[in-house]
Amino acid sequence: MDTSVENGLVTRSDRSLRVIASAKSPEAIKSRIKRSFRQIRTESVFKRTLVIMGLFMIILVLGILLTLIVQSLPSIKSLGLKYLWGRVWDPVQDIYGAWPFLLGTLLSSFLALLISIPFSIAVAIFLGEYYPKGWLPDLLKNTVELIAAVPSVIYGFWGLAVLVPIVRNLESHIGVEPVGVGIFSSSLILAVMIIPYAASLGRSMIQMVPSPLKEAAYGLGATRWEVIRSVVLPYTKSGLFAGILLSLGRALGETMAVTMVIGNTSIIPKSIFAPGNTMASVIANEFTEADKAVYLSALIELGLVLFLVTVVINMIGKRIIDRFTNE
Amino acid sequence: MKANFFKIKSSLAASALFAALSMGMVSCGGGGSTSGSDSTSAAGGGSSDDNSLIGAGSSFDNPLFSKMFSEYNKLNGLKVNYQSVGSGAGISQLTNKTVDFGASDAPMNGKQDSAAPAAVLHVPVTTGAVVLSYNLADVKDTLMLSPGVLADIFLGKITKWNDAKIAAINKAVKLPSTSIVIAHRSDGSGTSNIFTTYLAKVSEEWSTKVGKGSSVNWPVGLGGKGNEGVAGLVKQTPGAIGYIELAYAIQNNMPYAKVQNKAGNFITPSIASVSAAANITIPPDSKVSLTNTDAADGYPISGFSWVLIYKEQKYGIRSLAKATNVLKLISWQIHDGQQYGAPLYYAPLSPAAVSVGDAILKSATYDGKPILQ
Repeated sequence: MDTSVENGLVTRSDRSLRVIASAKSPEAIKSRIKRSFRQIRTESVFKRTLVIMGLFMIILVLGILLTLIVQSLPSIKSLGLKYLWGRVWDPVQDIYGAWPFLLGTLLSSFLALLISIPFSIAVAIFLGEYYPKGWLPDLLKNTVELIAAVPSVIYGFWGLAVLVPIVRNLESHIGVEPVGVGIFSSSLILAVMIIPYAASLGRSMIQMVPSPLKEAAYGLGATRWEVIRSVVLPYTKSGLFAGILLSLGRALGETMAVTMVIGNTSIIPKSIFAPGNTMASVIANEFTEADKAVYLSALIELGLVLFLVTVVINMIGKRIIDRFTNE
Repeated sequence: MKANFFKIKSSLAASALFAALSMGMVSCGGGGSTSGSDSTSAAGGGSSDDNSLIGAGSSFDNPLFSKMFSEYNKLNGLKVNYQSVGSGAGISQLTNKTVDFGASDAPMNGKQDSAAPAAVLHVPVTTGAVVLSYNLADVKDTLMLSPGVLADIFLGKITKWNDAKIAAINKAVKLPSTSIVIAHRSDGSGTSNIFTTYLAKVSEEWSTKVGKGSSVNWPVGLGGKGNEGVAGLVKQTPGAIGYIELAYAIQNNMPYAKVQNKAGNFITPSIASVSAAANITIPPDSKVSLTNTDAADGYPISGFSWVLIYKEQKYGIRSLAKATNVLKLISWQIHDGQQYGAPLYYAPLSPAAVSVGDAILKSATYDGKPILQ
């Protein structure tokens, strides 16, 4: 790159000093100045590119939000805030209430989170602390990562063919209507799907715990369990929580697998075994045949609500993480 | 440094403006706002080739159309690209003039008509039926259902299979005491539209409480996505009953009920009884629902599927040759093309429907002059 350097040993940091000191002719000085300007230009172009790329992301998200708001205006105008807690979704009479789907989304996602947390934390501790190396941990690590890579429609099929009959069997034993599909089945599927997110983030967090801390605890006579409980987990809790938040985000937006096992009814679920519906699956189900302007707009508003729910949950999560880290 | 900073600022402003503009354009395009006949770029589906057509709409028609278009291609070399996106989406694509023809299981409603920039012709192209499939392992005889019982089941008023009302019309059948589990379509669909239109016709209560449409607020039951979703629920759940397309039920060997028609006969759904349902007086615009047909041997839950085209074929950059190709294709579909229906379990059009279709096709014009003689 730098052709006029006389000495092959010249390093980048002292290059300009050396060049100016050794410059003898005015041409050499001129070319050096030219080169300096070129370097400055390259710097500023690079910086500008970074800024533009960063800003593009912000514009993209704001643009999506704006599009959602603009397109749901007809529905917001005609239905108002009642949309959020309306209990009836009736496209025939143009009555749209998002409450059953809001409830279904939150219920299935948080239930899935509850089911998945023990597994993801256990996997994270196992891989991060107990067996970081070896063929079995490698296999487990790759398998967990594979769970995230499997397309969701496959989970849907598996859920419908294997999980739903098992759940139906369970339901007939505990005395609820044995239909199999419902919020419980979809939470189970979701729980499996979201394990990798919390597990892999948790694993890398646990591996980052400084060994002097752990060694000190061992030195004081702590057992392995005590080290994990009083050193590793407190040290990594913000990271673990961030992973759980990532899982939740994934669960909130999951569409295909949930649609296949949740039962798709607009009736408000009475228990966790009842069929229900989520916002994402209503959009996927009804978007193609939404033949009225208000109907279409109400579906887009559902997307807006889902967007806002995700934002709010993320913000709450950020606050909690901040509090953890400040302690 | 300062100059550089300003440069950064101005280029950022420019890119922000650009992004905002493109967002705005996207939001306009997606909003279904329809420009008039001046939208030249969209017409013809982006292809100036007169020998290739684009259609979109009903997924119910898709297997039949694939067969028909491939046969027609062998005869005339015309390429047809049919997108099976659903009836509603087909209608809005026709409204936006991005396709040469649409296909729908339901005639366009008032709002859709007023959204379209010009008059749209409905040509009946095939007849489909919706059957009631059920999962009662111990019942070997074919179940019989009357309109009243069917409405009560789907309203959630009859909840057990051995209910007296069901038993009264199935005297020979020993019915179990299993709870009835209802399966319906969760996605908006023409199948739901035919079924709910039928229920709205035969039951006053259904008509006021639920109504008809491609998506309705189901009083009870589970939703499955697509025919396969409903069929899956029915197959898996003991005591389930759900509505699916006749073709799907036959291909998958699913049991389906006989339904009592307006004349009082219990009719087994079949290609013959569905064709027979269309043997009624069809209005000149062909926009008629065949549900609850007057025909004595007709299956009552059936309906036409239509191909939709603009009456005035000269719009945008369309050539006369292209318009003629569209018309000839549809004309072939309702005549020679009908032979490909039965093997795929689509009921052929009744003679009455074909003659109405012919008259409608003849009314299509190019620059005010009729295209087909």
